[in-house]
Amino acid sequence: MEFIYYFGDVFSPLSFALLLGGTIGGLILGATPGLSPTMAVALLIPFTFQLEAVQGLILLGAAYTSTVAGGAVSAILLKIPGAPANIATTLDGHTMAKKGQGARALQLSFLASAVGGVFGVLLLIFLTPVLAQWALAFGPSHLFWLAILGVTVIGSLDSDSVVKGLLSGCIGLWLATIGFDDIMGAQRFIFHPSLGGGINIIAALIGLFAIPQVLTMFAKGRKTQGAEVIEVQKHSVGKAAGELVRNPRALTIGTITGSIIGLIPGVGGQIAGLVAYDQTKKFSPDQDKFGTGHPEGVIAAESANNAMVGPSLVPLLTLSIPGSPTAAVLLGGLLIHGIFPGTDLFDNHPDVAWTFINSMLIGQILMCIFGLYVAGLAARVAQVPQSVMAAVVLGLSVFGAYSVQSSMGDVYVMACLGVMMFFLERYGFSAAPLVLGLILGPIAEANFIQGSMIANASVGMGPYFLGGPLNIFLMVVVAASVAYSVWTELRTRKVQNAVEVQS
Amino acid sequence: MSRTQHIIPSGIIFAVGCWIAWISYTQQPAEAFLFPRLISSVFVVLAAWTFGKALMGLSRVGTGVSRTMIINLVPGLVVALIYIFWAAKTFGFYTATTVAFFILLSLYDPAPHNEARTWVKRAVITAGFIAVMYGLFAMLLKVYTPREILF
Repeated sequence: MEFIYYFGDVFSPLSFALLLGGTIGGLILGATPGLSPTMAVALLIPFTFQLEAVQGLILLGAAYTSTVAGGAVSAILLKIPGAPANIATTLDGHTMAKKGQGARALQLSFLASAVGGVFGVLLLIFLTPVLAQWALAFGPSHLFWLAILGVTVIGSLDSDSVVKGLLSGCIGLWLATIGFDDIMGAQRFIFHPSLGGGINIIAALIGLFAIPQVLTMFAKGRKTQGAEVIEVQKHSVGKAAGELVRNPRALTIGTITGSIIGLIPGVGGQIAGLVAYDQTKKFSPDQDKFGTGHPEGVIAAESANNAMVGPSLVPLLTLSIPGSPTAAVLLGGLLIHGIFPGTDLFDNHPDVAWTFINSMLIGQILMCIFGLYVAGLAARVAQVPQSVMAAVVLGLSVFGAYSVQSSMGDVYVMACLGVMMFFLERYGFSAAPLVLGLILGPIAEANFIQGSMIANASVGMGPYFLGGPLNIFLMVVVAASVAYSVWTELRTRKVQNAVEVQS
Repeated sequence: MSRTQHIIPSGIIFAVGCWIAWISYTQQPAEAFLFPRLISSVFVVLAAWTFGKALMGLSRVGTGVSRTMIINLVPGLVVALIYIFWAAKTFGFYTATTVAFFILLSLYDPAPHNEARTWVKRAVITAGFIAVMYGLFAMLLKVYTPREILF
């Protein structure tokens, strides 16, 4: 119950102002198609440089929470999901809006998001200290396998092709080795003086997430937005809250599904929303109504994608393993303030850890309150032309990359990685495993080197890295995640082949 | 998407993988390249698999790059690269951003180019964006940006 002692810190004037600003800004950014939560959080990192670590994290956490919820606005009113996590929301949300129930759909979505989000953060509060203590038992070999697990899980699950996903992870791991070696001081893969200090993570994150989006907008040419915003009529919030209470099935399934999926590294909000929608439909007596503007569809999808937010931070805060690209960006935000997640965070910086987590809890409630009132404005912002959006994101990206170390070298790295990622994405490669590789690479290498020193002085490399129940368990999980993804890919291909033959 | 479209990128990645492996296994001190050796070995195997699939015409994932996409992309990409690699450092961040923002906005704005009102609107949006950026970063957050010839 240590977290209770730090509740007051959230309400200090600057912290609360940042929480409010992050929440409202996040709702608007989330409603903007093309600005994913990961990209929004990455672009916000430069704003945190002048802040204390805890205040910076409050801003980033609030933005993360509310961008996921804000994505429902454009999903419902424009039929364009603000983020992949909101894909399932479009299925019934937009149909409700077309029937003149836009306000009802938005209210249900924000209320369900808040319930799911609060449950998810409570899970984060109660699971994190237990797992952080458990993490003390981890040695270098276990941490090495955990880092590899982080890359392989996201590589195999986040990509349409398992091999290309894993290859993206390898590219990230290789990029992480650029610069001077920590132990011998040897130069590795330094082809330009600006790479001497290695690849800066923040610049790389901005480049890998924001620049491909800018180039995608350019690639569409001089096109109009093509989506018409639906006007929101008035609807009583009390009625929507009553409807939510009368629909406990969708809310419970969505919240539990989202929380479980959030704990699995790499799975993400998109899958949480779709799985919750599918499960609610299966258990509902009104299966035929799904897809025709059924409120249960909106409740299930939105409670799931926000319930996922809290648990997705558990592996990050306990084991330093970011479970999602957004968690990886938050890790970058922690590292620039000299704070390392894991037991160090809870032992040496409990004020930072608990104030941040508490702010996410309060942020869920603020998101619900403001979401209901900002939705109309957010829908207008969502219609900002892509030409404006592309130019704004490019300007912010250059500024963000430069301001990390006041170095144009970081801007060049950002641009090169961004252009490379744009073309790689066209051929089925994915940014998420590459980012995880880049972030987890140093953790994997440090533990591999440390482990090999211990192994050479004791039992040898093989028994040290491949023996012991925890090592074997982690290897089995790595193999199982790859095997599952290969099986899913083969099954999908079989279905596609059958469809092609039929047509 | 044609087979060539898959062969070119997977071939480049395979070549990069081989080059990384070659450096990792030939450079000294060997201890510093222990981890890169491990990664590059896996990298080469996965890249060879992807390249082999592309050569056999079995690659299916990805949308590829179309001629229209390249035609749309090139003007914006060229402006962005000039802005990043030359103008920002030469003219100063805010001057270069103003010019690049206005050019990109004009290039991709679907509004007709032959109306004075459109150009005024673009100039106002550019001025508004730069004012917000300058106010927020230079005046409020006091973050240093390159200020060369202009500001």
